[in-house]
Order: sequence, then structure tokens, then C-alpha cells
Amino acid sequence: MVEILKVNDVSFDYSGSIVIEDISFSVPPGEVLGILGPNGCGKTTLLKILNRNIKSPTGDVSIEGQGITDMSKRDIAQKIAVVPQNNEISFSFTVTDIVMMGRMPNLERFQNESEEDLRIVFDSMEKTNIIGFADRFINQLSGGERQRVIIARALAQQPKILLMDEPTLHLDVNHQLEVLDLVHDLSRDEGLTVVLVSHDLSLVARYCDKVILIHDHNILAAGDVKEVLTDENMRKVFKIEAHLDYDERIKGHTVTIVKPCR
Amino acid sequence: MIDDAINSLRKREYKRHLILIILSIILLTSIYYSISRGAIEISFSEMLATLIGQGTPLHEKTIWQLRLPRAMMAVFVGAGLTVAGVGMQALFKNPMASPYILGLSSGAAFGAALAMVMGITIIDGRLSIPVMAFVFCFITLMIVYNIARSHGRIPVETLLLAGIAVGAFFSALVNLLTYLADDELQGIVYWMMGDLMQYGWDNLIIVMPLTVIGIVGVYYYSRELNAMMLGDNHALNLGIEVNDVRFRVLMACALLTAAAVSFVGIIGFVGLIIPHMVRMIVGPDHRILIPSSILAGSTFLVLCDIVSRSLLYPAMLPIGIITALVGAPYFIYLLRRRRREVGW
Repeated sequence: MVEILKVNDVSFDYSGSIVIEDISFSVPPGEVLGILGPNGCGKTTLLKILNRNIKSPTGDVSIEGQGITDMSKRDIAQKIAVVPQNNEISFSFTVTDIVMMGRMPNLERFQNESEEDLRIVFDSMEKTNIIGFADRFINQLSGGERQRVIIARALAQQPKILLMDEPTLHLDVNHQLEVLDLVHDLSRDEGLTVVLVSHDLSLVARYCDKVILIHDHNILAAGDVKEVLTDENMRKVFKIEAHLDYDERIKGHTVTIVKPCR
Repeated sequence: MIDDAINSLRKREYKRHLILIILSIILLTSIYYSISRGAIEISFSEMLATLIGQGTPLHEKTIWQLRLPRAMMAVFVGAGLTVAGVGMQALFKNPMASPYILGLSSGAAFGAALAMVMGITIIDGRLSIPVMAFVFCFITLMIVYNIARSHGRIPVETLLLAGIAVGAFFSALVNLLTYLADDELQGIVYWMMGDLMQYGWDNLIIVMPLTVIGIVGVYYYSRELNAMMLGDNHALNLGIEVNDVRFRVLMACALLTAAAVSFVGIIGFVGLIIPHMVRMIVGPDHRILIPSSILAGSTFLVLCDIVSRSLLYPAMLPIGIITALVGAPYFIYLLRRRRREVGW
């Protein structure tokens, strides 16, 4: 079994209007895959299909060779953690409470969190640099802080696969880099597989091993960053004149956006 | 840093135990007062003597047949209605939800009144009234839920208005039944106002297990409710079968409301104000919120019962009047406060 995640021919429509159609791809363990496309192209829908928050009427998704329709939500949550886009929370749970929820898929009912669980929780909080405000209430944090709390919760699930929906949307630039460096390191050092959905070209170019470009409900191109983010593809999908370069200083790709196309 | 965080977790655990102990002491004290007060004053030592079978026949009768069952009814109904409120507030993500405000009590009352006045039942025997109350309570819940829901969200205004409208409809039906009923059913008027007159052990035998089942049903899903308060999306991502949990907890809330309404009628506002007050003290975590609410809700109803018996002594007011007199102003306070700050 080479792929950890295999998506075969999934599609979705909201009462007749097609959102995505016939999407297939697979991800080997430890890869950081970027799903790139303009806003409203169905990326978030695709992400929700991957952990069965919504069901695709066609095709199937399998994790480590097992179809997700045969798995309970709990089974899926033991393998896949999600960092969703909108993290407004209006209840006064503490940061620790929220991160602790990440242990839920692994705890039996009425079983208390063990020393080991606590270690995992605080470890995730250190990695995301939120341990300093462990006791603060989640509804009193800034958007960026809250985002890091949710990432810590996802890590506390100890997933094989991490799904991230526009992970940097609410973050300041320095925190954007911190979060993505962290994710990148986790994939390199611990073999975490990451699928991140974004409309941010530079970010995907810099951090992803492979890219899938979505256009008109379908995959336009998939593969290495260099093969996918060609001038022509970027013009077609984003309607911009842009160019991909390799930058020695960051040991990664950058995208220079020149101007919008008419 | 990690040590600090672990320490503060331990400290909170300790604080939570302390709160439960304090609330238990307050509850026991209230029960003692409830038992001791009345036409015959009973001292603490007399009460203890009677409870272990060493009391005078008069005390025996007063405690075992009158005051203890009445206090127990207040304890179980108070706990049940409060936990129903907690469960509904978590599911609707809304601090204004409660069995009374959302019309569930009226729905349950209509079911119970159908059984009492018209003799319409689903099963026979002692459970006939609670079962009818449960069925109509659940139907009401579904109606309100579906009216209030739009695009997967439940806006607070719609929820309250739907509850008021559906509640008013069922209240009118109950009034109609009351009007049609003969004079021999005068008791139903008292029952409509919320009343602890029906406090015999034979009723308690039914209320107690139903309440325990309902409370366990909600408490069982404490962790899930925590996650679901963040939003269905979060809960799904954490591996929770959200729809199953929601359905089961709603069933448990309907059971709790039906059990209470079947015997003591409509007692409003308990499920609204107690969870809210307790949440301000212990926070939103249901693993502590539910046990604390059980103790606080019981205490509140026992105290209201004492007041209802003392206010116009020797007359006994229906307890629903007292809870509404306390609860309605608190509800208004909540509404006003909501404008100024977001969150509970």
C-alpha cells in the first residue's frame, strides 16, 4: 500500500448545481499536498468529503486502504484531523479544554485523560506556541491565537493525516510562516501527511510537495509545483500574469504576481 | 510552562470538587428546612430520630407521608427540569433555551391533560399519563426545532418566537380541555399552575426512575455536548455522530420534561435560570456543569417550595407562581445583558 489517502472519482452538487466533479487523486505518506483554486471552486467541499462530513454520491475515499464508508466517524477521527476555516467560538472554554478535546476520538466514554494524554496535549500546545495562555478563555483570544489553538487540538488527535482549510486566513504574516513551518517539519520528521486547501499561490508554492489545481469543478493539473504552476495555468485559473521561481534563500518556490489579465 | 498548566488543571479539579461538596451541603440543609417547617415544627434531632425509626407516631406520619415525599418531588423535578435546560441549551447553542420557554412544558401538559381529562392513552396503567406527556413533549420539540431552523442554523429570535407560539397553542388546547372537564377535575387548574400537591410515594416511584434515566441520558454525552457547542463542524471533525447524539439528548430532555409535567404540572424558568447561574460559576464544561446543575436545581425548587408554603401560610401557593416570579425577571435581565455582550 503506497498511498495513505486515495480519492477516487468523487463529486458533489448542492441541489443540482455542480460543485466538484470526478475528482481523483492519491497521497503518499508524509507528503504535503496543496489543493489550489480560486475562492468558491469547491475546495472546502472536497475537504469535507475526505473525512465524511459530507458524503459524495459517487466514487469513494479510502484511508490506508480502508474505505471511509466502512469506518465510523470515530475511526476516521483517529486518522484524520481537521483545521477548519472558521473558528469563531463564543463559549468560555479554556485553551487547554479545547486542545484536550483532540483526545476525544481516542478516549473511551467516562475514561479520564491519562498522564499520557496530558503529555500529548501539552506537547501540541508547546509546538504551536500557545502554552503560555493555556488558562485563557478561547472567546477572548485573537483570530490568530484561536487558529493556533485549533491546530494544537488537531495535533493532539495524533492523526496520520491533517486537513487544513485556508490555514493562514486569520494569521499575521509571522504566524503564517510559523504555522506552515511547523506543519512542514511535522511532515518531514514525523511522516504526517498534510492536505491543505488554499487560494494563496505563494504559500502553496513555498510549502507544498505536490499541488492539485482546481478549475471549473475539475482537476486542471496535478503534480510537482513546477509542473502545475506554469504561467499558462495561473493565467487560466486565477486570471493573473504570474511567474514561478526557485529562491535559494528559502529553499523553495516563490510566485511573483505581475498583473491581472484582462 | 507545562508544569504550570498541569498545576492549574489540578487546581481546577480541586475547585470543582469543592463546589460539588458545597452545593451538596446547601441542598441537604434546604431539604432539612423543608422537612422541619410547617404546622408541626420538627427539630433536627427529632428528624434524625424519625428517619432511623425512633420518632413519635405524629412525626413518623408527618415526615414519611407528607414532608419527605414532597421534598423529594421538589428535588427530582428540580434536577430533571434543570438538566433538560442544560441539554437543550447545549444543542441549540443558546442560553435562552429551556423546556418552559420553548413550549415543551405546554406540549407535555397537553399530552397529560388528554390522558387525564379525555382518557386518551397509548398504554394503560400508571405510566399512561407520563407516556402521553412524553409523546406530545417530543412532538412539540420537533415542531419548534423545525420552525426555528433555517439553513442549518437556529437563530435565537426565531427559536424563542417558535417556542412561544407553539407553547401558546398547546396551552390553549389544555385550557380548552380544562373548560370541558367537569368540576371534579378542579385539581387540573392547580396542576396547570405548577403544583407539588401530587407528592405521594406512588407518584415518586415513577418520577424518580424516569428522571434518573433522563439525567444519565444527558450526562452520558457530556463530552460530545462540549464539542457540539463549538459547532457541528468541530464535533464532526472530532469523530462525533452529531445527528445521533442530538436526537438522543433531545429524547432525554423530552423525557425529563414529561416526567416533571405529568405530576407537578408546569413549573417554569427552573431549566432556564439555574443552568445559567451555574455556568457563570463552573464554566461551560458539561462534566461539571451537569452535576452542579442537578444540585443547584434541586435546591432551588426545594427553596421555592418552602416559600410557596410560607408566604400565605397556612395556604399553600402553587410553586409555579413562585418560580415564575423569580424566573421571569431573571430572563428579562438575560435578554438585556445579551445586547451588551456576546457569549454566555
